[in-house]
Amino acid sequence: MYNFNYYRPLSLEEAAQVLSAASDGKLMSGGMTLIPTLKQRLANPSDLVDLSEIADLSGIEAKGDTVVIGATTTHAEVADSEVVKSQIPALAALAESIGDPQVRNRGTIGGSIANNDPAADYPAGLLGLGATIKTDRRQIPADDFFTGMFETALEEGEIVTAVSVPIPKKAAYAKFPNPASRYAIVGVMVAQGPAGTRVAVTGAGPGVFRVAKMETALEKNFSANAIEGISVPAKGLNADMHASADYRAHLVGVMARRAVTAAG
Amino acid sequence: MKTITVTVNGAVYEETVSERMLLVDFLREQLALTGTHVGCTYEGVCGACTICLDGEAVKSCLMLAVQADGHSITTVEGLAGDKLTPLQQAFIENHGLQCGFCTSGILMNMSEFLEKNPNPSDDDIRHGLIGNLCRCTGYVHIVKAVRAAAAVGR
Repeated sequence: MYNFNYYRPLSLEEAAQVLSAASDGKLMSGGMTLIPTLKQRLANPSDLVDLSEIADLSGIEAKGDTVVIGATTTHAEVADSEVVKSQIPALAALAESIGDPQVRNRGTIGGSIANNDPAADYPAGLLGLGATIKTDRRQIPADDFFTGMFETALEEGEIVTAVSVPIPKKAAYAKFPNPASRYAIVGVMVAQGPAGTRVAVTGAGPGVFRVAKMETALEKNFSANAIEGISVPAKGLNADMHASADYRAHLVGVMARRAVTAAG
Repeated sequence: MKTITVTVNGAVYEETVSERMLLVDFLREQLALTGTHVGCTYEGVCGACTICLDGEAVKSCLMLAVQADGHSITTVEGLAGDKLTPLQQAFIENHGLQCGFCTSGILMNMSEFLEKNPNPSDDDIRHGLIGNLCRCTGYVHIVKAVRAAAAVGR
């Protein structure tokens, strides 16, 4: 690991200030992706700005027909939250399926979406549920937020502060996990609610994506049968030692049908 | 370099560390608490370095020592008081370890687990153990030991 300066600001303003003063600053909360990256010397930031002690950034709250989750809220807190379990059980189950208990105790929802790993669970969760991402500058719909592999709509120095998730009528997340890392080989969030009928896929492609044909079919008839014949093309999907592109394309259909059945 | 204040097993330490020092190295090398192990060359996959940070199980190789500033840590050395905890005793009685290398991490993770899940099923225990690799036992006796400790706790 290369060395760096370390700051742990107590307010968002201070964090933004420290970050803008740094020559190549990097935001961190749980560090579950950044620390392994630093160890491999794949990143060499001049400054690390640790957001984990900014009180306003953590917490879960039901607000009207949405659940608002602070950026530094950990996966374990989302998984164990009575609000999330009662209002959006699919999101609590998704959080509980990430990594392992030790990682869930540190990793945060803001960190996961800002990193936008193509096999991470939260991008599918937030896109599938039609969430809105709040930053220190603006609000970004999930549809515009996840722009590609490890790429988001965040501008230089922009800080994710919370996500606002509309409470769906029904939703479920089905994942075919890598048995070692628990990252999604393919994961599908299916939801019906205020944000419409949505099918969002992670793990399969270079970034999270929606399957419009399945959404149209489910709009008319929300059942696994309705999407039985719908497949996604394997071209452009990920292929690695764990699964070929063809297999991932096949799994999209299987996981989508499982999610629809689980959503009821 | 940065000066940090951490409470480890009840004792307060004020130490100066390099920003890039991992928490596990701080515990092992600076505080000589070698019960916390490095099993997978710091890759964050084996769980042998698991400690409790403010009561929550975390991997100390996936944290910087500076991140622990102002926090309270329990390592395996701080688990037992005058006598072993029911979980430690259950590992002895149920042959929950062979080489013992992974054991300290498992004890720390399962200590938090049992607080949250006083009445776990075997599936719950196995789900809780995902982040801890054991290459000797095949997990059967580990699960048995955790189940036995849960029964004592109740």
